[in-house]
This record gives sequence, C-alpha cells and structure tokens, in this order.
Amino acid sequence: MNSFAEFLAMGGYGFYVWTSYGIGFVVLLLNILIPIYQRKQLLRELALKQKRAK
Amino acid sequence: MTPVRRQRLILILLMVAGVGAAATFALKAFNENLMYFFSTTEVAEGKAPKDTKFRLGGMVVKGSIERPNRGIMVRFVLTDFHKQVTVKYSGILPDLFREGQGVVTNGRLNSSGVFIAEEVLAKHDENYMPPEVTESLKQAEKLKSNK
Amino acid sequence: MSIIPAPIVRFYHKTASPPYFYNLSNKLMPWLSCIFLMLLGYGLYSGLYLAPTDYQQGDSYRIIYLHVPAAWMSLFIYVLMAVAGAISLIWRMKIADVVLISSAPIGASFTFIALVTGSLWGKPMWGAWWVWDARLTSELILLFLYLGVISLYGAIEDKRTASKAVAILALVGVVNIPIIHYSVQWWNTLHQGPTVSKMGKPSIHIDMLIPLLVMAVAFKFYYAIAMLQAAKVEILRREQNTQWVKKLLEQKQ
Repeated sequence: MNSFAEFLAMGGYGFYVWTSYGIGFVVLLLNILIPIYQRKQLLRELALKQKRAK
Repeated sequence: MTPVRRQRLILILLMVAGVGAAATFALKAFNENLMYFFSTTEVAEGKAPKDTKFRLGGMVVKGSIERPNRGIMVRFVLTDFHKQVTVKYSGILPDLFREGQGVVTNGRLNSSGVFIAEEVLAKHDENYMPPEVTESLKQAEKLKSNK
Repeated sequence: MSIIPAPIVRFYHKTASPPYFYNLSNKLMPWLSCIFLMLLGYGLYSGLYLAPTDYQQGDSYRIIYLHVPAAWMSLFIYVLMAVAGAISLIWRMKIADVVLISSAPIGASFTFIALVTGSLWGKPMWGAWWVWDARLTSELILLFLYLGVISLYGAIEDKRTASKAVAILALVGVVNIPIIHYSVQWWNTLHQGPTVSKMGKPSIHIDMLIPLLVMAVAFKFYYAIAMLQAAKVEILRREQNTQWVKKLLEQKQ
C-alpha cells in the first residue's frame, strides 16, 4: 500500500504527471467516441429518410 | 501519368517550393527576434541591448552560487565556455536550478556589467538516465566539458 | 502508371472505392483495437512504473511518455494530411479527401496534448508554464493550422470545393513541419534539443527509451482507429444517396 501511495505521489510531481495523463486520456477517448456517436446518429437519420421515401 | 496529372503535380511542387522559399526568407529576416536568449559571449562583447530588458542564457558555473547576505538574494556566474557574466537574482529558483545546469534569465545589465535578473528559468538538457548509472553520468559530464 | 506493377494498381483502385474502404475499416477495427490496447497497456506500465527515475528531473520526466509521442504524432499526421492533399489534387481521389479531413481533429488533439503536457512539464522544471521560444511558438502555429483546416472545411458549403481548399492549405502549411523539428537547433530555445533522433546514440537510458518507443507505436495504431472511425462518418455523409449505402441501411433494418 505504501508503494502505491508513492507511485501516486510521483516523487512530489503527482499533480503534473496525473493531470497530463488525465487530459490526454480524455482527449483521445473523445476522438473515438464522437465519431461513433455521429455515425449512429447519421445511420438513424438516413434509415428514417429511407422509410419515409418508401 | 496523364499530362493533366503531371501538370497538376508540377503546379503543386512549385507551390510548396514557393511557400518554402518565402518562409526561409521571412525566417532569415526575423532570425534575431526568434532567438529566445543572448549567450554570455554576446553580452560580454556588448551585442545585447543596453537599456532594455533581455534574456541571458548560459550554464551555471560550478561553485559560483553565493548567497552574500544569507537572504533570498543569489549571485551566480553564467558561462557559454568562452565568456562569463555574473548574475544577481532575488526570488524563488526552479527545481532544476543547480550548478552545471543551463538556465535562462530575464532582466537587464547594470552599469558595472552585472546582470540583474527578474526571472530565472531552468533549461534542462536532452539526457535522461537513472541516478544509479553513474558511469553514463560521468560520460555526460565529460561531454559537457568538451563543448 | 505503367511502371507500377498491376496488382498494386488494382489494390489502389479497390481501396479508393468508398464501399470497399468502409468494409475494410470495419474488418480491420478489432485487430487494430486489440494491438493498440496491448501496446498502450505495456507502454503505460513500463513508462510509469518500470522505467527508472531520472537523475535530474525525478519522476516529473514521466510526462515524456505522453508528451513526446503526441508531439511526434502531431507532425506525422500533418505530413500525412499534406500527402493526402497532394493525392487528392493530382488524382482527384475521393478517399484521399476523406482521410485528410478525418485526420485533422486527431492531429489537432495530439498537438493540443503536446502543448498542454509540455506546459505541465515546463512549470515544475523550467519554472514557467509557457515561453515564447521558437519550438513552442511553431508548435502553437501547427495547432492553428489544424484548426484552420477544420474550420475552412466546415465553412465551405460545397464539399468538393472545400476538399480542394483544405488540400491546398495542408500543402502550404507543411513548411512549418521542418521549422518545428529544427527550431531547437536553428535558434536559442528554452526547449532542449532532440534526444532520440540526434546523430549517433540517443542520449536516453535504454530502460527509459523502450516505453517511449512502445507508446509511439501505440499512438500510430490509435491514429488508425480514430481516423477510420471519423472516415466512416464522412463516407456515409458523402455517399448517402448511393446504392451501397441504401443496401447497407436495408441490411440493418
């Protein structure tokens, strides 16, 4: 447990290190999730349009 | 490749070359302004501005750090291995400030040629190694003193 | 074209067709994701835990495993966009347009990460969040170039004209790439010189170098995943009135 606390502390630079990785993680995750959401939305819209046309 | 495509290719190459040439000239013209700091040799030879603030960069000479009044005021000598400049500074120093490390200071020269710094930034080098590797540490020291 | 062997030409034409590209990216996705997650897991574990502490910077240097690969990606993606732009302008290849515009947000994200993590590294080590030296300034210009590509594409209604405009912008902006790379050598900068790409041996301990390279490869796979996801949306949007998209929609119902 002690070593895990040390790991989190990063020799006193924990704030800088973990903020960096946190921001990086969020930004990279968004780049995957946004297009997936957009595609689902678009497919739904197009399917609706097709149904109406029929 | 069809002639039309070849023409487009040549056009694009010319465009990139043109912009590249323009950028080169622009950078040449602004060369001095893009320098983040002056070296100690430039300052010692009087190439730095006299009346305005500017930045001075160099390596902290070993054994030159003094705190004359035991206060917050620090005096140290910067070098680029040709000429040296003495710097005075009162304030908080960054974590990496130590002897043998590069620093960049912002301030102005006083009449006796001492640089009065208002800000000190540490410049870290491109070497990364664990502290146990004393051998490569020594090598790095050698590399530095050879420069 | 006659110099290039026939199978390559065939592959090129096949990949250039939107439905083929769409299906290919669907097929590749699980493989890419699997490799990416394994590389990322190992890269983070070895970078944050296994790698030794730095002799000067302590543990703060561990930001390097995000900062440097992100900065490399910001340059790599821009060059790739410029190449796609050239292909699009010369051969009028639709997929090149799609790749170009789908890459822009990812490139902007990596540039943003490089700048923010650099700032979070600069504060404890240099003593400043930001300085206007040549390296930091040119990387900031790169971010503006990416944002320029994104907004230019969004601003022009006709997507064929928009593709042409962003292809030209991507090509013109490519002059910034060597400036970023060599800025630390051409000018006095606060940012330090290159570590890995410098002539001869990289001046980083091998145990610290391996996680860095693993993360760099992981980010290449990440880019492929994110770019293909965005490309699929762009293809569907452009091809929504074609037969293959209509068939795809019927299959889904």
